[in-house]
Order: sequence, then C-alpha cells, then structure tokens
Amino acid sequence: MSEMKPSPNAVYIVGIGLTQVAEHWERSLRELALEAIQAARAESPTLQPEALYVANMLSVSLSAQAQLGALLADFAGLRGIEACTVEAAGASGGAALRQAYLALRSGACQAALVVGAEKVSDKVSAEIEAALATASDADFESVQGITAAALAALLMRRYLNETQAPPDALAGFSLNAHANAAANPYAMFRRPIKKEAYARAAMLSEPVSILDAAPVADGAAALLLARGDALPEGSVLPPIRIAASTIAVTAPAIHDRPDPLFLTAAAEAAHRAYQQAGLSAEEVDLFELHDVFTIYAALALEAAGFAARGEGWRLAQDGAIGREGKIPICTFGGSKGRGDTAGATGVYQAAEVVMQLQGRAGENQVRDARIGMAQCLGGSGATAATHILIRDDGL
Amino acid sequence: MEVSRHWRLKKERYAMVGEVCPHCEQKIFPPRDICPDCGQEARTLFRFSGRGEVYSYTTVYSAPTGHEVNAPYTVALVRLEEGPMVTAQLTDLGEKQVEIGMPVEMVTRRLRAEGESGILVYGYKFRPQLSAS
Ligand SMILES: [Zn+2]
Repeated sequence: MSEMKPSPNAVYIVGIGLTQVAEHWERSLRELALEAIQAARAESPTLQPEALYVANMLSVSLSAQAQLGALLADFAGLRGIEACTVEAAGASGGAALRQAYLALRSGACQAALVVGAEKVSDKVSAEIEAALATASDADFESVQGITAAALAALLMRRYLNETQAPPDALAGFSLNAHANAAANPYAMFRRPIKKEAYARAAMLSEPVSILDAAPVADGAAALLLARGDALPEGSVLPPIRIAASTIAVTAPAIHDRPDPLFLTAAAEAAHRAYQQAGLSAEEVDLFELHDVFTIYAALALEAAGFAARGEGWRLAQDGAIGREGKIPICTFGGSKGRGDTAGATGVYQAAEVVMQLQGRAGENQVRDARIGMAQCLGGSGATAATHILIRDDGL
Repeated sequence: MEVSRHWRLKKERYAMVGEVCPHCEQKIFPPRDICPDCGQEARTLFRFSGRGEVYSYTTVYSAPTGHEVNAPYTVALVRLEEGPMVTAQLTDLGEKQVEIGMPVEMVTRRLRAEGESGILVYGYKFRPQLSAS
C-alpha cells in the first residue's frame, strides 16, 4: 500500500454515531439526536463543525416541532452555527448528507454534521399512517385513503403479476434483513426469521404482509464530515471518502409515472453516482438500499443495474444479497430489521457503509469491502438520494 | 380550514376533467398545465370518459386519520381508456372478486370526513362496469 494524501477538496466521513432503533418511550427527539451527534463527534473530537444538516420528515406532523436545525444545534451546544432541516420524506437522510457534501465541496465550510432523527412512538396508528402518507400526492393519492403499505402493495401485486414470480418471491429480502439485524446492536429486531414465518405472516395490505414491511420506530444517527484539507490528525479509523453524491426525482404519485414498476429516480441517481465515482455497478462491494417494503428492494436492485427488469426478486433466491453474495444488501438489517426511521434512514445507511469500509462491522462484516453504496427513497420512489463511499488505500 | 383546497379541486374530482396537450395530443389527468410528455404548456380542458381497467389493487385495513370509519376499503390504480392512470377506491363491489384487468367506471362518492367539524370530501371512486357484468 502506498501512502496517499487526501485530496484537499474531497469530502470525508470522519465520525459516525448511532442510537438503537426502538420505541423509546422515555426519550425525546432531541435526546436521541444528541446521543447520535455526541457519538459522531467523539470519533474526531478536535474537529469543530460549522454547520448541522438535520434529516427529518415527521417532526412537524407528529411532534408539532419545526425548526429542528435550531432546536438540535442549541441542544447539542452548537449555538451560532449554520443549521437547518432537509426534508425529502424517506430520502431526507440522503438529501441532508448531500447538502453537507455540497457545503464542504464548495469550501463554504470545513466540517459539518448531519443528523437524522425521528420520533414516532408518541402517536397512535391512524396519525402515523396519515403522517407517513404526506410523502404521497395529497390531492390525488392521500385523499383516496392511501397508505405507505397500500402503495407498496399496488406495486408488489402488479410486479408479481407481470413477472409471474411465486407469491413468496420477495421472502428472501425479509429473511436476509432479519438475519443481518440479529448481530446489529442498533437494530430493533434481533431474531432471524424462518421462511415458514414469512408464509404465515398477517397481511397489512395484500399482498404486503407484516414481514414485507418495516415497522416505524424512533431513532437517530449522525455523521461528521470534513474536507480533505481539514482532516483531523492522528485518527485511528481511516477517513471514508464520499466518491459520489446524487439526488434525482420523479412524480410523487405512482399514477403519474409512465412505468410504475421502474423506479426512474432511483435509476437516475444510481447511474449518475457511478459516473461521478468513475465506476460501475459490478465494482460496488455492498449496497444499503431502501427496503421499507420488500418490493422496493427488488425494484432498487433493478434500477441500480444489479438485475434486469423484472429479475430483481431472483437475487433474493440464491444468496446473491447475503454477506458472501455477489451484491450484499442491508448488511445490518436494512429498515426491515433495523426498524424504519423514515427521514433518518439515509443517515443510518451511510453510517453502516462507513462501518463496513472501516472493517468494524463485526459479525456483519463484508470481507474486503472497499466500495459501498447507499440509496434511500422518498415515498414510493419519487426522490432518490444515492451516495458512493470509498476507503482509499493508505489514508 | 381545508374547504377551499377541496373546492378548488372539485372539477377534477367530480367530473374527471383533465387536459389534452395541444402539442403532442397526450391526455393528462390530474391536470397539471405543463405536459409531462413534451414539456410544453397544456391548458386545453378534456373530459375523461371515466372508464378504465384495474392496473393493480389492494385493501387498506389500518387507515389514516379521516378514513378510519371506512376501513377496510379497496384502493386501486386504474388505467383510464384515454391513457392516464389514477389512484382511487373501488366501490359497489358486492361479491365481485377484484382482479387486474377488470373493467371499471367512475362514480362520485364521499371520500372522507375531515376534522372535528366533519367537512365531507366528495370525489371519484370506481365500480365494476355495469355493461361488463
Ligand atoms: Zn405534450
């Protein structure tokens, strides 16, 4: 390995912080966010962040709290810095990371924090369903009583019909997620599930069962970023370079998309990311994708070029998505096993990729992982934020 | 408080009035004034037949606020005869088993009650085409 110098205006992740995803009855949004921020800062304690980007979707509707930028900066002892919320529904985490990346890349600041935080457990089910449905087109989808599960079900039923895949074609995504979550101390579910359990699972919205869906829960995750010319000295952990950062969008309503079974925003964001990083899908060692419902895992694999149209489900049949497989996904359990933290998801994903690339994933370690991708989706795929992270040798 | 929002959308919701693009002939619903196909202005009103077929469907058991009293209910993506797709509840199903490809037609029904004051929001739903049964 040759000694490499960090590129001055490249952007690196130099700290991560995670809280366990759970129903944290006793803890508030700001307390969860603080725990994550402090953990991330502890990994590069000499670095002083100049900005804080908050990823959140549900705080306004469920906690009557806007202005999380100010709230969380203040609570974290960071009064005076630049801070604001970035919202793109389930893609908020990736979108916030992208804003931090742009700020650093431009040289507007040297170090910045990203924190994703959600608090849902204070509310009852109908209110949570309504809050999650705000990701949809309010006037033409939500007014019809649509839910996040129903949208996934509409896509899943059509997908199974068009591909003629068996009814349990997507089971492998759920099994893989739960198997990987078992060793993740931050996951909500720590028990693997069996294929028979998937077949027996209660229906949420046919054909989506509770084992196709990630339950929403509370959680916060944080990232500390620095420019190459501001990397702290003497870090034990190698800095992880953000080699690509992209966002692409399409119509929020499924009915407005010419081909509902192809996630164009996800495809656009992924392919732009490959271009930015100068690599191809085959070179990606692991992919933290959007699996809030199993159907999105299949569609995301197809969109990002890991499977042909209508073939994404096959990757879940033969171990290709497992830790030893061709393209490991959801290596810490994804949203299915970790728990769905809505706007915070993209920050969890990026932190998990960092752990893989730094070789500290424990039992979940993907061998020789050097290039990792993370992609989170807003709603039924209207927004896609994609990041490719690389561990440069010799840094 | 939301009265004006729903009033504004009554033409679309009661009569399925959308647009046709004068440049590329694309039929547009819901109306959006910029043609999603060719990117040019499209403000010519177009009334849809209200007939179409089921592209996909599912059932909602755990309903969002305002829809709880109707649960469980069936929602579908309906491909209209003229091309566009809409999201809508299916109604008047009786014993009929919904399936992909089933011909359906539009009817106007109550969609939900809103808030404590109980504003009733009306709009389109779809039922099995009578001629097809
Ligand atoms: Zn046009």
